[in-house]
Amino acid sequence: MPRIVGVDIPNDKPVWIALRYIYGVGPHIAEQVLKEANIEPHTKAKDLTEDELSRLADLIQRNYQVEGELRRMVQSNITRLRDIACYRGLRHRRGLPVRGQRTRTNARTRKGPKKTVAGKKGVKEMHRG
Amino acid sequence: MARSQKKGPYVDERLFGKVAKAKEIGATTPIRTWARRCTIVPEFVGQKFEIHNGKVFMSLYVTEDMVGHKLGEFSPTRTYRGHGGRRK
Repeated sequence: MPRIVGVDIPNDKPVWIALRYIYGVGPHIAEQVLKEANIEPHTKAKDLTEDELSRLADLIQRNYQVEGELRRMVQSNITRLRDIACYRGLRHRRGLPVRGQRTRTNARTRKGPKKTVAGKKGVKEMHRG
Repeated sequence: MARSQKKGPYVDERLFGKVAKAKEIGATTPIRTWARRCTIVPEFVGQKFEIHNGKVFMSLYVTEDMVGHKLGEFSPTRTYRGHGGRRK
């Protein structure tokens, strides 16, 4: 299996799909990079030549933040918000949605699994059903 | 939606004037303000503010990291101390 940018090992999918297995590379960047490197997007990842692989790796590394670097950047942005104690930082601290979504219902991604509270509206119906 | 680039950041004119004046005379007293919608610009760094949250004034010392945020982001308007549980 070919390796691009560190540990990423995309499989025997066409390159324009396989590239998206890299953290920080989506449809847009994948397409851009392939165009730039002059590689047919539909070739299977395993059929890429050494030269093509190195060209891709070079292009991605030079122009975009991916993998660890990107993760670190995102994390440091969040840490910054937390440290200055602005509204968004406070939401991150509490593990609540940051962008003004409702929290009366939903918001399960941020809040985690449901914690049922006795006596709250809807609890009785749950037991009857 | 983000504000149009063309307009530049919104800064409360009177507040900006006050900050400039405070800097000039080297005043260290916090500036009381209701201008929560005012963007923090580099000139504000090192200045103390007291920002109204609808009820009281929350004090804030502006640091470099805060540039680009609005004053109101640092003065929460809601209180929530959690539900239920046994209190001592």
